[in-house]
Amino acid sequence: MKKILGYCDDWSAVAGGRVAFKIGAYGPDRFEAALVRVVCGDDHPDRGLFHEEEIDAPFNGWHAAAAQPIDAGSRVIVPEAPALAGLESFTVQAWVFPTTPLKGEQGLVTQWRDDPATGFALMIDACGAAALRVGDGAGRVAAVSTGAPLAERRWWLVSAWVDAASGRIGVRQTPGATPLERHEATESAADGVFAPAPAPLVFAAFTPPRVGGSARCFNGKIDRPRLCAGVRSTAEVDALASSPAPTSAHEGVVGAWDFAQGIGTREVRDTGPNALHGETVNAPSRGCKGHNWSGREQNFAHAPQEYGAIHFHEDDLHDAGWETSFAYDIPPDLPSGVYAARLRADGDQSYVPFFVRPPKGRTTAKLAFLASTLTYLAYANYHWHHHEPFAEATEGFWTTLEPTDVFLQAHPEFGLSTYDTHADGSGVRFSSRLRPILNMAPRTPLWSFNADTHILGWLESQGIAYDVLTDEDLHREGAAALAPYRAVLTGSHPEYYTTPMMEGLQRYIADRGRLVYLGGNGFIWRCAVSDAMPGLLELRRAEDGIRYRGEEPGEYHLELTGEYGGLWRRLGLPPQALVGVGTVAVGFDRSGFFRRTADSEDPRAAFIFEGIGRDEIIGDFGFVGGGAAGSEIDATDPVLGTPAHALVVARSEGHSANTLLCPDEIGFTNTVMDGVQNPRVRADMTFFETPGGGAVFSVGSIAWAGSLPHHGYDNTVSRLTLNVLRRFLDETPFDMPPT
Amino acid sequence: MYEIDPARTDLIREFEAKPGGPYSAELTLVVNRLRLLPLAERHVLVCRKRGREWVLAKMPPRRGAPVALIEDHVFADYADAVREVFRRRWSAATGRGAGRGAAEG
Repeated sequence: MKKILGYCDDWSAVAGGRVAFKIGAYGPDRFEAALVRVVCGDDHPDRGLFHEEEIDAPFNGWHAAAAQPIDAGSRVIVPEAPALAGLESFTVQAWVFPTTPLKGEQGLVTQWRDDPATGFALMIDACGAAALRVGDGAGRVAAVSTGAPLAERRWWLVSAWVDAASGRIGVRQTPGATPLERHEATESAADGVFAPAPAPLVFAAFTPPRVGGSARCFNGKIDRPRLCAGVRSTAEVDALASSPAPTSAHEGVVGAWDFAQGIGTREVRDTGPNALHGETVNAPSRGCKGHNWSGREQNFAHAPQEYGAIHFHEDDLHDAGWETSFAYDIPPDLPSGVYAARLRADGDQSYVPFFVRPPKGRTTAKLAFLASTLTYLAYANYHWHHHEPFAEATEGFWTTLEPTDVFLQAHPEFGLSTYDTHADGSGVRFSSRLRPILNMAPRTPLWSFNADTHILGWLESQGIAYDVLTDEDLHREGAAALAPYRAVLTGSHPEYYTTPMMEGLQRYIADRGRLVYLGGNGFIWRCAVSDAMPGLLELRRAEDGIRYRGEEPGEYHLELTGEYGGLWRRLGLPPQALVGVGTVAVGFDRSGFFRRTADSEDPRAAFIFEGIGRDEIIGDFGFVGGGAAGSEIDATDPVLGTPAHALVVARSEGHSANTLLCPDEIGFTNTVMDGVQNPRVRADMTFFETPGGGAVFSVGSIAWAGSLPHHGYDNTVSRLTLNVLRRFLDETPFDMPPT
Repeated sequence: MYEIDPARTDLIREFEAKPGGPYSAELTLVVNRLRLLPLAERHVLVCRKRGREWVLAKMPPRRGAPVALIEDHVFADYADAVREVFRRRWSAATGRGAGRGAAEG
C-alpha cells in the first residue's frame, strides 16, 4: 500500500528556476525527501541497471507529513450573490442526460449547505428520479420526488419550484424526443419550506459537507440550466428550455447559463440579467452535444446552439490542489537532465520526476533528448487493465498488477488516463499532471517514462552528453527550442503531439536538423494543451486507430483548441511524412528482431552498420518482449508520405500471432492480420537525408530501447544506435542523393 | 462460442509444462477463453517485488473496490504464479478442479 505520494507544479523546469512539491501521506507523520538524478529506472534485480544519483539539495532530509485530500468530480460553481441570497419563490430547470441515474443521490442544480440543512437541491434521488430537496436552516427538511427513474442516456427536462406563499414545493421530469420509446412526463408536489443557503450555486454536485461526506457528483450532461423568480408554468419552463438565451418574453429570469460560451476555458457564462458567471472545477468535458443536437453539424463552433451541454463525471480531476510541502530553487549550474524528488516513509517509496533544461538561451550539449512528457501524461494513472475485459486478450498475457495499480483501484480520486473510461462508461478526454501520478517514475514497469530511462542509461554508458527538453518546451517554442541542437533524440514512444509540436519538429527537420526517432508508435494522435487550462492534456479519439474506447460521435473537436482530433495520418501530417514510418501493428507478448536489407548496402547507409556484419541479426534480445522489434511497430508507406529517397536499411521479422495490424491499416477485418502471416506486420528501420543537410533515422519500434542495455550495453542495437548518433552529431552536412 | 471441455486435462498438462507458450491451437483457444472470463473477481497477479515475488489476487467486484490479495499464495517464480492463475480460471470456467490430480488424470 502506498504511504507517501506527491506531484510538482511543473514538469518542465529550467536551471535557475523553481519547482514546488506537494506531498501527501497515507499514515506516516514524516517522510524523507532526496533529490536524485534519474539515470536508469529499470529495477529488475537480475539486470543490474538501476542507477540514480543522489544530488545535494536544500530539501534533502526529513519533513513533516500530512494527509492531503483530493476532491474529485467535476462541477460548475457560481459564487454566492445577492440575486441568489434573495430567492423566495422560484423555479429551477435544466436539460439533463443522466448516465448513471441509479448510482445514488446526485446534485443537478444545488444551493445547499448541510448541518443545518439549508437551501435547495434539484437532484437525482436514490431511486433515480428527479427530486427537489429544501431546507430552512432551522431543522425542517422536505423533499419531493417524481418517483420515476430517469431513463439512462436520454434527455430529460427537469424542473422544480418552491412556492413560499403556500409552503408547497414541486418537481417535474419531461422526456426529450424519443420517437421509438415511450417515456412519461411525471410530476409531484409536497409541503416544504426553504431558506437560501450560505453557499454557492453548484451545477452537477452538492457543496460538500464541512466534515466528511462527498459532493454527490452527477454523471452525465447538463444543458441550459435556468433559475427564475416565482413559480413558472409548464409552458414557461418549456419556452425557456427551448431558447438558447432568455429574451424579454421570459419573465423573472435570475440566471440562464449558456455552456456553449467559454468552451476551452473554465468560464461559465450567465446570459441573464444578473451576470451570475461561474467556473468549472475539475475539467468536465465541454463542446458536448446538447439536447437538441440535430446531427447536421459536427463542430461545436459551427452550431454552438446545439452544443450547449457539459458532460460531468464523478471521477474528473484537474488540480488536486495540494499544499506545497517544499520548493526547490534549481541552481543555475545544475546539469540539464531528468530528476526526481525521491520520497520515503514507513518502508514505502515514491518519486516525483521533473525535467531540467539548461538556463534560458544556453545549451550544454550538442544532443537534446526530447522527453515525451505529453505521452507520459496521456498514460498517467492508467487503469485500462482494471476496466477492460479484453485487455488480456489484446495484450496476450495474464494481468500482472503493480502495488500502485492496487492502490489506484481503491483510490479513484487520483483520476484516470486517456486510455480509460469514466465510471459512466464514457471515454476519458483529459489527463492532468497536477496530481500524483503513480506510473511515471523509476522502478515502474518498462513503459513510457521508465522505458525511456533505458535510453538515458545508454547515453550515460556511452558518455554522450545531452540536454533534456520536454514536449511542453517544443509546444511553446516550436522549432526554436530544438534549433540550437545538432541532433535531437526521441524517447521510445512519442505518441501524442499537439499541432505546434508537429509543426515545430517538421521545421527543425527541414532546417538542417537531425532527428533520431528511437521508438515506435510516434507522432500518432493530435492532442491539445492550453494556457487557459494549465496542466491538462486533451484528447479526442476521432474516427479510428487504436482508440481503446469509442469517441462520442459529434464530439470529435478538441475543446481546448477547436481543432478536429484524431490520427495525424488523417490531419495533414502523417508520421510517414515526418519521420518516414508510421505505426502498422502492435503486439505485446513477444518481440521480433531486425535483419539488414539490400538498402543497407547503399554507401549512404554505410555509417549505420560500421562493425555490424551484413548477415548479422540485430536485436534478437532485449527486455521488452525479448527482441528489439516489437510492442508497437512502424513501417514505411509512400502513399502517406515516406520520402522517395528513404532507405529501409533493416526490416523486422519474428513477430507473434498476437501482433496484429492496427485498425487504421485495414479496410476489412480478415484472418491474416497477424505477425505470423501478414507481411505488412513489420518495423522498417529507415534513414533519409533532408535538403537542408539534415537527416532522419527511425527505428520504428518501441522495444528497441529495451535492447540497448543488453549485455552491459555492448550489443548490436547499442552499436548501431551509437553509429547513428556519432554521424548525426558530426557537423558535416548530409548530402541529398542524386535524383 | 468456444467452451472448454473439462475432460481435456491434457491441455492442463500442456500449459503446466510450458506456461509461457507458444501453445497448441487447442490450448490457445483455452487460454483465450480463460482471458475472457468476467473481469469482476477474475484471478490475477500482483508483482510485489520486481522479478522476485508475485501474489495471487482477485479483481474487485466493482470499480473503486479494493483488489483482494490472496496472501497464502505467494510465488517466487513467475511461471508458477501463472500456473496458479490458469488453474483458478480453469476451475471457474469449467466448474472442475485443475489441481495436480486433475492434470494427472
